This record gives sequence, C-alpha cells and structure tokens, in this order.
Amino acid sequence: MTKKTAYDKVQAARHPSKITADNLISALFEDFIELHGDRHNKDDEAIKAGIGTLNHQPVTIIATQKGTDTKENIDRHFGSPEPQGYRKALRLMKEAERFNRPIITFVNTPGAYPGVDAEYNGQGDAIAQCLIEGAQLSVPYLSVIYGEGGSGGALALACGDQVWMFENSTYSVLSPEGYAAILWKDAKLVEQASEDLKLTPEQLIKEEIIDKIVPEVNDITSAKKLQKLLTAEIDKLQALSTEDLLNQRKQRFRKF
Amino acid sequence: MTQNNLFQSPTPEQLTERMDHIPSNTMMACPYCQTKFFKTQLDEFRQCPECHYGFRLLAHDRIKLLCDSFEETEKDLAPSATDFPDEKYQNKIKQAKANTGLNESVLTGIAKIADQDLALGVMDPYFIMGSLGSQTGEKITRLFELATKKKLPVVLFTASGGARMQERIFSLMQMAKVSRAVSEHKKAGLFYLTVLTDPTTGGVTASFAMQGNITMAEPHALIGFAGQRVIEQTIHQKAPKDFQRAETLMKNGFVDLITPRDKQKEVIAKLLRWHQAK
Ligand SMILES: [Zn+2]
Repeated sequence: MTKKTAYDKVQAARHPSKITADNLISALFEDFIELHGDRHNKDDEAIKAGIGTLNHQPVTIIATQKGTDTKENIDRHFGSPEPQGYRKALRLMKEAERFNRPIITFVNTPGAYPGVDAEYNGQGDAIAQCLIEGAQLSVPYLSVIYGEGGSGGALALACGDQVWMFENSTYSVLSPEGYAAILWKDAKLVEQASEDLKLTPEQLIKEEIIDKIVPEVNDITSAKKLQKLLTAEIDKLQALSTEDLLNQRKQRFRKF
Repeated sequence: MTQNNLFQSPTPEQLTERMDHIPSNTMMACPYCQTKFFKTQLDEFRQCPECHYGFRLLAHDRIKLLCDSFEETEKDLAPSATDFPDEKYQNKIKQAKANTGLNESVLTGIAKIADQDLALGVMDPYFIMGSLGSQTGEKITRLFELATKKKLPVVLFTASGGARMQERIFSLMQMAKVSRAVSEHKKAGLFYLTVLTDPTTGGVTASFAMQGNITMAEPHALIGFAGQRVIEQTIHQKAPKDFQRAETLMKNGFVDLITPRDKQKEVIAKLLRWHQAK
C-alpha cells in the first residue's frame, strides 16, 4: 500500500461511505434517546444530540451530522451547524453537568454554517459561548473528530479533556480550498494546501493538538474497540476530582 | 534612505508626519456613508463628520486618545520565526512591525482611565489585519491572567480579520486558550468590557469578542463571523446591505450599546466605576 498524502486524507474524511452519526451512535451505545431544540427558536438538524448509555452508564452524546441524501443534506447544511445547533449542544452539556454525566462529542463538519440568518442569529456568539462554558464544565468532556474538523465550528465541540481523531479525518483552521484561495488566489492548489496545513491525525498528534488516533468504525469489531477505549478514558477522567479535572483541561489548552 | 528600507512601509511617526504634510484641502471619503469631506474636518478621533464611522486606528494612537496613563506589558512577544519560517510570512511580519510599532497584533498593558485602574488590550487592524496569531492569543491570555491576579477589570478593543492562516491550527487553538483565561476572570467575579471596532470578524468574533459582560461597538463597525464573500457563495445571492454592521447586531440582540469614540472615555469610566470589584 502506498503512503496516503494529506489530500488523500481530506478525500477519505469527506467520502460518502464515511460512517454516519446515526450508525456511529447505535454501534457504540447500548441505548440512546434523542433530545431536540435550543429552547429559543429552533432544532438544528446538523446536530444530533441526546442521552445514551456507554457500558450501561448514562452519557450525553452530541454529534454533528451530514446527510445521506439531498434532502437531508439541505436540512443539515451538509453538516454545518447554525447558531441554534451550538446552543442546543451547550444546553445539553449544561444539563449533563447538572446530573454529573460525562459528555462525548462526535465531530464531522466542514465548519459552522456561513449564512445571513446564521449571522443574524449570532453564529459568533453561539461558538464563543461553547468555548467559554466548555472550559469550565465540571464533568469529563471527550471529543472524537470522525471526519472533517473544520475551524471554529469544530473547535466549539472539541474544547474538553481529550480530543481524538479517526484515522481518516482532518482538523484545520480552515478548509484547504479556503487556504489556497486566500494565500494563492487559486482554490485548485488544494493538494499543496492540504500538505501545508498539516491537518492529518499523524501530524496533529506530533504537535499535541490531539491525544489519540483511533481506527475507523466500520464493523462490530472496530466499534467494540472504540467502545472499550471510550469507557476506559471516561473511567479515568471520572476518577479525578473536579479540581484536578479542570486543572488538567486548563494545562491542555494553556500550552498552545 | 538605504537600499534596505526602500521597500518598507513607513513607521507610525513617519505616517503622522506625512499626514501633516497632506494639504488641508485634500478630500477624503467615508467608506460607510460615502460623504466627501476635507481632511481638516476629520476630528482627533478620526471619525466621519457625517455618520461618526471610526476610521481605522493604530493601537498606539487609540491608547493616546483614551488613557491617562498606560504601562505596556509583554511588549516583546512576537510571532516565532522557528515555528513558522515561511519567508513570505516572515516578510509580512516585518512589514507589520514597521507599520504599527508593535511586535504582535495586540497592544496590552495596565492603564488608568479617569482614575480607574484596568487591564487594557487594543488590537491593531494594521498588523496583518489584526489576525489572531499564537502570540496574539498569548498576550491576551496573559492580560486576563494578570487582571485576575490583580483583581482588575479588562477592557478589550477588538479589530481582526480572524484567524491567522499562516499559523494553521495553532491560530485556532488561541480561541480556546483565551476563552479559558476569560472564564477564570469571569469566575473571579471581575468585569470584562469588549469594544468591537471595524472590522471584528471570524475567530475573534467567535471567541473573546463575544464573551464580555457588556459588549460595546463603534458606529457602523463591521462585525460578523463568516466573510461576506463566503456567505454569498454559499447562498448564491447577494447578502443584504449592512447585515454585519454594529447597528444590525444591536437590533438583533448581540451588542449592548454603540458609542462613538469621542464619548467612549466617559462611558467606559462610568461602567468601570459601576463594576468595581468588592
Ligand atoms: Zn460617514
């Protein structure tokens, strides 16, 4: 097998065969009840969230999701959350904290949705609140980037104790297309941009941006493997006092 | 002039000197209301005489207009040449330093405004568009940490084109790092005022610009998350006029008040007095 280039990873992360949030949730959690809405004016379908059980323990699950057909993709803006999506996520994270439930997020988004209504509804504010509140959540908060980790829209749901990435996933400050367009005024230089951005899990773990690379989930065996890793990590984080947990989270981000 | 600095931008001092040599009958146009006026009609605050739009300001100039005293902190923090050796980027930094008299896109320090002590940060739109570099984030983080330690309020003037792409994912991480420092300051019960100036966009809007206890903006400042061009490409139509202006954000509930520069000192002093730490 030839070594994958950064752009190969970009394409693999975006591939239509990538596991969906629905399948990922049902493969990893024995039980799941979906919960809807931001309690202000909308339920954003780009984010699927609720409570499920991991190794029979309740956890709050928040996943960005793309669609599997045109209609779903339009409803979900191809996995790009609107402000209401981030507010739904934050509402449920605060609920998790209230009932001492760990939080696991699954991220696969090109970025927060760029639209006029999204601006009117305070896209910047919605992400900013996820970041400031996420810093102080007193429960274990673990994130798995399972496809595209695009910009602030991904970071909003990945500012906790651990950030893991699937083998075929990416995480970057902006898309390679955007990078190429801005720096070289040529979106076609996307392969070079992918290299320069160092957006692969292998490069990001070297720079300590992420903590672990986990295999793709595509069958029962791989699902069981991730389930075990998640359970072990949650156990480890739950054994810490709140003070130690928050201190460790502080150190994680302070070093950047 | 030596061969070496032939292509460098002028320093702030040189710029001021040149401005003074511009004949007073030179016409200027307001980028917001398009009104044309003589350079002499521009007040010391560099505001449009018609609509009070604030022309972009060097951070050092803003400090002079606002503070009774100012002691700079972390002056030497600058973008790393070893972490980001790209020659084009390093040249940009050199140029930005010369243009602004700063080593990074934010000026931080301990200030006094009308007898009130505060930690003050001012982003400079002339330093690579006020983009969020690693050391920009570090300076703001240290400002909040210092303020938390000294029990001081923080006032932060934002001006930013967003993330600094040349610093890749490290630029993105600054949003989380600064947010954490803001959260500690908040937990300590201290007051944080943001003043959003033209332009405040991208990752800065999606983090510390929107985390203040009170959010002030300058008249007609462009404030938003996504760029207008990106939005128009996504929705395949033109965005409405002024959809990302301060007045629109206030109407939609994301800005507390809009204050022109000539009134800012008075209003900021009052807000600081009303939020004194117990
Ligand atoms: Zn005007």
